[in-house]
Amino acid sequence: MTAEIGYAMTAVALGLALYGSAACAIGARTNRPVLIQSAQHAAIGTFVLIVAAMLLLVYAFLTFDFSVRYVAINTNRGTPFYYRITALWGALEGSIILWSAMLSLYTLLIIVRYRSRQAEFYPWVLSVMLGILTFFLLVMTIPAPPFERLAPIPPDGRGLNPLLEDTGMITHPVALYLGFTGFTVPFAFAMAALITGRTGDEWMRVTRRWTIVAWYFLSLGLLIGGWWSYHVLGWGGYWAWDPVENAAFMPWLTGTAFLHSVMIQERRHILKLWNLTLIILTFGLTIFGTFLTRSGILSSVHSFTQGSIGAFFLGFIALVLLGAFGLVAARGDRLRAEGKLDSIVSRESAFLLNNLFLVAAAFTVFFGTIFPLLSEAIRGVKVSVGAPFFNLVNIPIFLALIFLMGVGPLIAWRRASRDNLRRNFLAPVGAGILAAGVFRLLGVANALALTCLSLVVFVAATIVLDFYRATGARLRTGERLLPAMGGLLMRQNRRYGGFVVHLGILVVALGVTGSQAWSIQTETTLRRGEALQIGQYNVRFDGLAASEESNHFKVTGTFTVANNGRALAVMTPAKKFYPQEQTPIAAVDYLMGLREDLYLVLGDFARDGSQATVKVQLNRFVTLIWIGGFILTLGAALAILPEPRKT
Amino acid sequence: MPAQRTPTDVDSDAFERGLGPRNPPGGGLGGGAKPPSEGIWRRGKWAIPLSIIPLLVLLAYGFWTDPRAIPSPLVGKPAAPFSVALFDGGRLHLGDLKGKVVVLNFWASWCYPACYEEAPVLERGWQTWKDRDVVVVGVDIQDTEEPARKFLKQFSITFPNGPDPTGKISVDYGVYGVPETFFIDRAGRIRKKHVGAVTDDVFMREVARLLKEGS
Repeated sequence: MTAEIGYAMTAVALGLALYGSAACAIGARTNRPVLIQSAQHAAIGTFVLIVAAMLLLVYAFLTFDFSVRYVAINTNRGTPFYYRITALWGALEGSIILWSAMLSLYTLLIIVRYRSRQAEFYPWVLSVMLGILTFFLLVMTIPAPPFERLAPIPPDGRGLNPLLEDTGMITHPVALYLGFTGFTVPFAFAMAALITGRTGDEWMRVTRRWTIVAWYFLSLGLLIGGWWSYHVLGWGGYWAWDPVENAAFMPWLTGTAFLHSVMIQERRHILKLWNLTLIILTFGLTIFGTFLTRSGILSSVHSFTQGSIGAFFLGFIALVLLGAFGLVAARGDRLRAEGKLDSIVSRESAFLLNNLFLVAAAFTVFFGTIFPLLSEAIRGVKVSVGAPFFNLVNIPIFLALIFLMGVGPLIAWRRASRDNLRRNFLAPVGAGILAAGVFRLLGVANALALTCLSLVVFVAATIVLDFYRATGARLRTGERLLPAMGGLLMRQNRRYGGFVVHLGILVVALGVTGSQAWSIQTETTLRRGEALQIGQYNVRFDGLAASEESNHFKVTGTFTVANNGRALAVMTPAKKFYPQEQTPIAAVDYLMGLREDLYLVLGDFARDGSQATVKVQLNRFVTLIWIGGFILTLGAALAILPEPRKT
Repeated sequence: MPAQRTPTDVDSDAFERGLGPRNPPGGGLGGGAKPPSEGIWRRGKWAIPLSIIPLLVLLAYGFWTDPRAIPSPLVGKPAAPFSVALFDGGRLHLGDLKGKVVVLNFWASWCYPACYEEAPVLERGWQTWKDRDVVVVGVDIQDTEEPARKFLKQFSITFPNGPDPTGKISVDYGVYGVPETFFIDRAGRIRKKHVGAVTDDVFMREVARLLKEGS
């Protein structure tokens, strides 16, 4: 029964969303508020149905209802409790439910917030959002139904992909999808602006905080994905330029560009067409990402299910891009700039350069990702594009972006005077150069690392300098130090939120640089009692133990670690053998530290436990990446706060 | 609500720059602002939506390719000789099969579902073609004996099948995962490597092709 009830709910939700989308559009065109009211009810009904369907699926998971195919494939009686809940989004069909639920949540929030405001945009925004929701519900009804009956009912299910049995999998998809779906809001407003012809700056001002929310969740999703990769996959890295990672990274790049370029439009009324293009691309890339991961047109370490779903997504991408850019073209005459660039030495041009680099990065990632396809189509040659390409082209771009991160916020609008430049940049540039010298003397020989460190210090110095001066100004009005600093953060939360996010990115950059430049690793086969030395650590192999876990068989190695002769810890990397998997899964063990992580992966071993191969890595500064993510969270939270009314 | 400003014809940088969806901004910063020619805009404006089309075509093309089909460097090379102790006794030497078309299949009992899908296909193929100079050979890799025998019994496999306890055969053939199947022609050269479960279609097509050319 569960399967039928669930399917009926998704089908009714599909009908409601489709009706609501059309009713809104007709209501707005013919000026009939009744229709818009009715569409609102349909949207609320859609939300309720989708959430109910999702809960029903969760219930099916918790009760091992193997009559539902999706449950039987993604869980078995040994799956631990929490992972039975998160198994909901363990595969394609459930992810689409999650996606739809979030999208309908955003739609609900739009209704709550704007039903009596933004009267011009509102019906069109609602119509576009429901239209997009219609697509996802269509996917849930035809090519990828989560509620499909399985008969006869098997005694036990197949089980969740073991790689997904991890805490990272509880949060990573949720954050990522909140980010992906979040970009639907500014996109819908952009479409509403084009349809109504009100292509001024208003749609961007309205969606500014929505965009930050989406951007923040996407960033968080990427970082948690990196964390998951780092501590689950067992290769000691957090980013591999895999098509699926790229798929989530591209909208982040264009979304970041959008977040910055709207500031220029707000201030100078130029770049209207550019901003529309960016938000269309960002939204298009979120859909494209799902297409990439689910259509099976590219090979990826993420082995996802495939099927006719690819054709559905491609059709939708075509509709979105042709429709949206068609609207842009039709409204072209309203997208004239109302100002111009006065000078290359100005904040506008710093932001433009930032956009140039971000979009260039997105383009190279896009190009690298689809290049295998392009090569096969044109030359008939199969190729794969790996990390060396992406690193080669992107490292200079990211270094330039870090530099601009320091320049952009402090340089004057329109045309920077010599005085402005000297006042804001002399000291930070000095600090950057000094830092390069100091690090060189400390023994940093890697030119890339040196450049990055120096740039990071430069940018950090600009931020500190700005905050110091602003605080100083408030102190002179008689305020005390802490209230002055707090007041500054709260009253100019947008500016300082941005700065804090920048600081977070700087810390992430340090982590990436450090881990790339100074990590070391070794792989050896050790007999019992034998030890290896890496850095100041001594790792001794003490034997193997086997155990039968609830849903897998586990072989655990015991390694005693000493730091400079002092006993430090006993580490237990393991290999897990799941009956439904063809290869064993590594269970990494690591000691995390601010400066370095000691990271152990168990390789092959002799069955009698007499010897084992172990990969030992000393990953340096990786922890900074996670700390940077935390700082970024604080900054984004600050920037999301409503702006205080200026008095 | 800000009043809608009337568009002025000052700087056109912004929209010239944005004309292609992937044209980054930044070119000609601060350069002389030329008013846009109405004509260019009118004709050029559809360039944005139109430029999407080649991309869509490329992506659609992707449906007809299989990114997992990786060409093996062994294709065209002589098949590495091996000798295997069969489960039901006796030995099989690949060299003895010269002049016949050999379908060499690497499998394992834990390889579910692909090996389970293709087992009946291989047995069917063997039954159909064994009298016409075709030999199907199974090599069981990274496996233990008991489940392997159970597997063979479950599918009533009758073609020669043996374990590869040292892994030497699978290494020689560059086996990456199971199942993988090699089609070897009468001259003893590898002609095709198939990754994943073999289907009746694939079996028939490859075997028919090799039989036709070398008789």
